[in-house]
Amino acid sequence: MLRMPEPDQLIIARRSEIAAALRLIVPHDSVIDSAIQMRPYESDGLTAYKQMPMLVVLPQTTAQVAAILIYAHSNNIKIVPRGAGTSLSGGALPLEDGILLGMAKFNKVLDIDFINRCVVVQPGVTNLAITKAVEHHGFYYAPDPSSQIACTIGGNVAENSGGIHTLKYGLTVNNVLGVEMVLITGEIIRLGGTYADQAGYDLLAIIIGSEGLLGVVTEVTVRIIKKPETARAALIGFPSSEQAGQCVADIISAGIIPGGMELMDRPAIHAAEAFVHANYPLDVEALLIVELDGPHVEVDDLLVRVENIATNNKSTTLRVSNSEAERLLFWAGRRAAFPAIGRISPDYMCMDGTIPRKKLPEVLAGMAELSKKHRLAVANVFHAGDGNLHPLILFDANIEGELARAEEFGADILRLCVKVGGVLTGEHGVGVEKRDLMDTMFNPVEMNQQLRVKCAFDSKNLLNPGKVFPTLHACAEQGRMIVRGGALPHPDLPRF
Amino acid sequence: MKPTDEKQLAEALSSAATPFEVIGLGTKPALGNVVKGTTLNLSAFNKIINYEPDELILECGAAAKLSDVEKLLNEKNQMLAFEPPDFSALFNGDHAGSIGGALACNLAGSRRLKAGAARDHILGVTGVNGQGEIIRGGARVVKNVTGYDVSRLMAGSYGTLMAFTSVIFKVLPKPETEQTCMLQDQGPAKAVQVMSEILATGAEVSSAAYLPGEGTCLRIEGIIASVNARVEIVKSALSVKNVLADQESRLHWKDICNVALFTSQQDKEIWRIVLPPSDAANFIKSLPFSFEYFFDWAGSLIWLQTDTASDVRKYLSNGIATCFVAQSTKNIFHPLSKDLTALNKRVKAAFDPKGLLNPNKMSTEF
Repeated sequence: MLRMPEPDQLIIARRSEIAAALRLIVPHDSVIDSAIQMRPYESDGLTAYKQMPMLVVLPQTTAQVAAILIYAHSNNIKIVPRGAGTSLSGGALPLEDGILLGMAKFNKVLDIDFINRCVVVQPGVTNLAITKAVEHHGFYYAPDPSSQIACTIGGNVAENSGGIHTLKYGLTVNNVLGVEMVLITGEIIRLGGTYADQAGYDLLAIIIGSEGLLGVVTEVTVRIIKKPETARAALIGFPSSEQAGQCVADIISAGIIPGGMELMDRPAIHAAEAFVHANYPLDVEALLIVELDGPHVEVDDLLVRVENIATNNKSTTLRVSNSEAERLLFWAGRRAAFPAIGRISPDYMCMDGTIPRKKLPEVLAGMAELSKKHRLAVANVFHAGDGNLHPLILFDANIEGELARAEEFGADILRLCVKVGGVLTGEHGVGVEKRDLMDTMFNPVEMNQQLRVKCAFDSKNLLNPGKVFPTLHACAEQGRMIVRGGALPHPDLPRF
Repeated sequence: MKPTDEKQLAEALSSAATPFEVIGLGTKPALGNVVKGTTLNLSAFNKIINYEPDELILECGAAAKLSDVEKLLNEKNQMLAFEPPDFSALFNGDHAGSIGGALACNLAGSRRLKAGAARDHILGVTGVNGQGEIIRGGARVVKNVTGYDVSRLMAGSYGTLMAFTSVIFKVLPKPETEQTCMLQDQGPAKAVQVMSEILATGAEVSSAAYLPGEGTCLRIEGIIASVNARVEIVKSALSVKNVLADQESRLHWKDICNVALFTSQQDKEIWRIVLPPSDAANFIKSLPFSFEYFFDWAGSLIWLQTDTASDVRKYLSNGIATCFVAQSTKNIFHPLSKDLTALNKRVKAAFDPKGLLNPNKMSTEF
């Protein structure tokens, strides 16, 4: 089971005093200290882990955030920032001795600037609300994580969220122009702005995807782009995942970058079809959705090329959407893949490794072996264009030992991803979920380099401790850390 | 000093007590404040390591020549989509430099409007930090949020955090063709307005520039049928004076990217100013000294050539001004606020606590 940093009992003993101090910064009811009202915060989207926070505070202004962080810093109190709590990696899992800093009240769209093609929002605005705010002018915000109806832009910044259209339109980091953020020591800084460059180091690059460990973002400026004239999707079935994988490679080799390119395996196809009745073919091993967007003439032209490539790869079914309703139906099954699995299994665990695309057949075969070894079923959805794999492990937490087996299975899948040249997480973040696997990707020297970056922002390790990094080190030690023969220094230090 | 492998480089840095001036192929020596130190020449790290066209991945030595890389990609109809410019005309060089240099300076061409800069395409960097440790950041995949994005942090770090040995870039298919719609010169304010308007249509313009005296240029790239259709969108919305076809269009944008448009004058300085497009025309209007200029990135980038004494930054309220070609001693890079200076210093120290790698290059403070 997951080990979190040892709670500081002296801090917990000061709980009422801390609540009183926070109530000098924010209105009385913006500090939540009753167990019943704190209950909704006990976990995020990774519901297997639960922990009640010491206190919840809901600031509404940047000045309040700064005051809270200054107070926490001077009193050595841990802070866990939280957006909408949709994280699938436990990034917002509370700490028993920590303040949960909820950003939900930062929910305003501050400026819509069509001339400079950007929108300034507070971090608690949902991803989809940005598009809703600009779509009347034909614009949209491109990154579209599946949880976009609920997840906030602040959370997207923390996780560097992707989505179905990442291959063509990039991740959060490619679509955010600037942030205002508060450091743990209370300084309010601005990185970037309503233009493309930053002075000094590209700190936006390190803030985006830092999982709430470096600072608290209080304002985000995003780039918006014109919505493509049209989008059409092709639904293509294959008798094997090898052929589907080859089709993906051939599409890209032909110079085509689809707006979205998604692959589902047989169990995922069947679960999705039973749930949303998208009319998916059920006699195929792999189903590929290729979406092309742009001007009509371009989409029509490229669809013909994609159809030819699919035929050459022995596709057995091929349908092209002829209306917006049909296109959305093609996607409905894919977008509902997670809840569809939820219908057929009491619990499921979603993994998020990325692999070089060509390793897909090898990884799927490996996964089938692992499925036998751990005696648990797995369904796969795959952002085929960019190699991001989402295996869904089916289990029942009420059966003794199944959660532990599912976790072992998941860890084995991620080790396999890293072994073939991939990474632990493509878009869900490390959080607590993959924290203890970080050493499969980074050697101690590289891990220490990352920890020194953390220290540059948060030398007391108060922001979201216990997430991302498996080892505890005081920042003062970093400068003179010596690693010999790959052995971790301080073997007596707890690795939680 | 010219190490030939990572181990030698790591040994050199772990045992060093005095600073190094880190150079790749040395094509942009003037871009940055003066560094006092022993030359650390990384030109030996120049091999193509692995190019996989159907994975859209290129891994190569940081000092691989951009011209060699582009030739290799061209054979498979692919490209570095951020269009690294060739500044050899500005810096009296004879080639565009290395791919690691393009990352270290976070280069971007006119296509930045659509495709971003080097920072948006870097997937991995291996290098040696100021403690002589070999650090691998990123991986050979496009989507990766495992740990901090150390490789992207290297973009625009001018060799002050790590000496790069190899890089992994995302590559993209080359557009089949391109055309450029040329509009009448109606002045900078109208040009920015027109560029903004066309970016709100389905024309999918990939570059937009304004050249005083010549007019506004709108570049359209893609498959032939699509380019033709989108040129028609521009023609129906705006008064187009002429259209540059394929090769002519490419050459036109090469001149814009490479800043080959200024008449060469020995005693002039060249500034690169990045600001919100809506500020561009007013900024130009506010300058009380004589200058030449043009806009790229739909008005978000201004290239400006002026006299040494002109204090460009004084007139810029919201943006970043880099003195690209300096004739006098001045801060090459835009100054940072006190809090940001302190934070940048701490980030520098996280990689290079002894200040061995290009000290002073980005700021007198670090």
